[in-house]
Amino acid sequence: MLTNITMGQYYPVDSRVHRLDPRIKLILTIAFIVCVFLASNFAGYILLSAFLFAVCRLSNVPFKMLLRGLKPLRIILILTFLLNLFFTPGDDVWVSFWIIRITREAFLQALFYSLRLMFLVAGTSLLTLTTSPISLADGLEILMGPLKKIRFPAHELAMMMTIALRFIPTLLDETDKIMKAQMARGADFESGNLLSRAKAMVPLLVPLFISAFRRAGDLAMAMESRCYHGGEGRTRLRVLKITKNDMIACVIMAAFIAMLILAGRFIPF
Amino acid sequence: MRNDTHILAENVSYTYDDAAAPALSHVNLTVRQGEFVAVLGHNGSGKSTLAKLLNALYVPTDGCVAVCGFDTRKEELVWEIRQRAGMIFQNPDNQIVATIVKEDVAFGLENLGVPTEEMIPRIEKALSVVRMSKYADSAPHMLSGGQKQRVAIAGILAMEPAVIIADEATAMLDPSGRKEVLDTIRMLNRQKGITVIWITHFMEEAADADRVVVVSDGEVQMDGTPREVFSQVDRMRQLHLDVPPMAALAEELRKAGMPIRDGILTIEEMVQEVEKTLCQSKSAT
Repeated sequence: MLTNITMGQYYPVDSRVHRLDPRIKLILTIAFIVCVFLASNFAGYILLSAFLFAVCRLSNVPFKMLLRGLKPLRIILILTFLLNLFFTPGDDVWVSFWIIRITREAFLQALFYSLRLMFLVAGTSLLTLTTSPISLADGLEILMGPLKKIRFPAHELAMMMTIALRFIPTLLDETDKIMKAQMARGADFESGNLLSRAKAMVPLLVPLFISAFRRAGDLAMAMESRCYHGGEGRTRLRVLKITKNDMIACVIMAAFIAMLILAGRFIPF
Repeated sequence: MRNDTHILAENVSYTYDDAAAPALSHVNLTVRQGEFVAVLGHNGSGKSTLAKLLNALYVPTDGCVAVCGFDTRKEELVWEIRQRAGMIFQNPDNQIVATIVKEDVAFGLENLGVPTEEMIPRIEKALSVVRMSKYADSAPHMLSGGQKQRVAIAGILAMEPAVIIADEATAMLDPSGRKEVLDTIRMLNRQKGITVIWITHFMEEAADADRVVVVSDGEVQMDGTPREVFSQVDRMRQLHLDVPPMAALAEELRKAGMPIRDGILTIEEMVQEVEKTLCQSKSAT
């Protein structure tokens, strides 16, 4: 029951976007986030949506996967919209009765803020949808490499991420086994209120933690016996290479930023 | 010291930090190149401690261990030693680091700083030797226990070791997985001349070794060919170890008054020996 999970939200198909170097993809995502804050008028937001939609099409990820990523956000979105709508001061009053007063400025700010939030989440999910967690870890390690000078543990973080990914299925299997063993002895994980269900988790979590610590000890020994001694002097099997594809992506992003700035300056709505 | 001595333990003792009694005391062991040595002992006998001493995971409290001539007490030699003495552990899950088989095989090479171009052929070769090439791109959690252990062996093999130390590598496997792993190790021993230290509590796995070393209470109790060791049925029983069924039968027959010779391990040998003694007693009467 627990074995068939996919890791993260990676959507494993092949596309130009999937093949991009993870480092480039990370940088482009940051550039896109900046773009979201650059957009200041309708034209800008239209451009952003068009761009996001185009990248999504290019990546062969179904658009509804992207929308699904927005689902957990709906309450925050509604709150952002309503709070901005009612509490932003403005002059051009549209509706006004009792204590409610909606102005044009407030409506626009509410709309833009919620859109901004949506674009931020959609943009970053596009990164995680098209990049496997392992190459994401690789990309992060290299991008954070310069930070090693200020003792930032970039290699260690990436190694931790890899090991965590490696052990997720193993620990899930183990959870399943412990659960069945406890159920065979009469444990009840499904009924009762929230509190009693939380209590029922204790006999599941304690053995799971103990075994995870034992595994960690074993693994550390196995890694040491295979000459692991940190990131120094280490070579890698997976070497990241910047391809023509990556260059094109960078050019497109640069062009998009330019368009966005021009749109903000010269289109008046 | 002779040049072909791969493992040399001289008067080795080891005491764990929080323990009162030593886990190993005054152990002497010399293993030559190409030998297949089975280390037999029950739980808590100190056999796992011995394994970890041979790979510089532990450093002896007293005495010294040398692997291919490298002293494990010298810290700067640790990586040289670990590259030469590869270790396979008991739990197949807890020794695989990467999320893809070939990347796990690469782990040791990455640590040694082997250039990427050189890594790829070495990984392919190691995987083909353990017959796991098909699974190069699989996720380790999809493999069986025996297959995982073979991946672990490939990971060691890619580092081109002189010695493989298997610390109860088959203890958590089913019979078919156990056979897979043992056959792979035997093949490496015979074809590539890799020295093997096979630590186990399964008597039957020790029966095919060149040499059996019995460890109990932190001391080497017996050391000899399987025939020499297993024929000492009483001694083995004293140490709470199984004896091969034919050796046990021979012992019983001797006690009942039948003059059966020492060192019988297989059914065929037993049949021959019994026929011989029966003929002799017939002709005597």
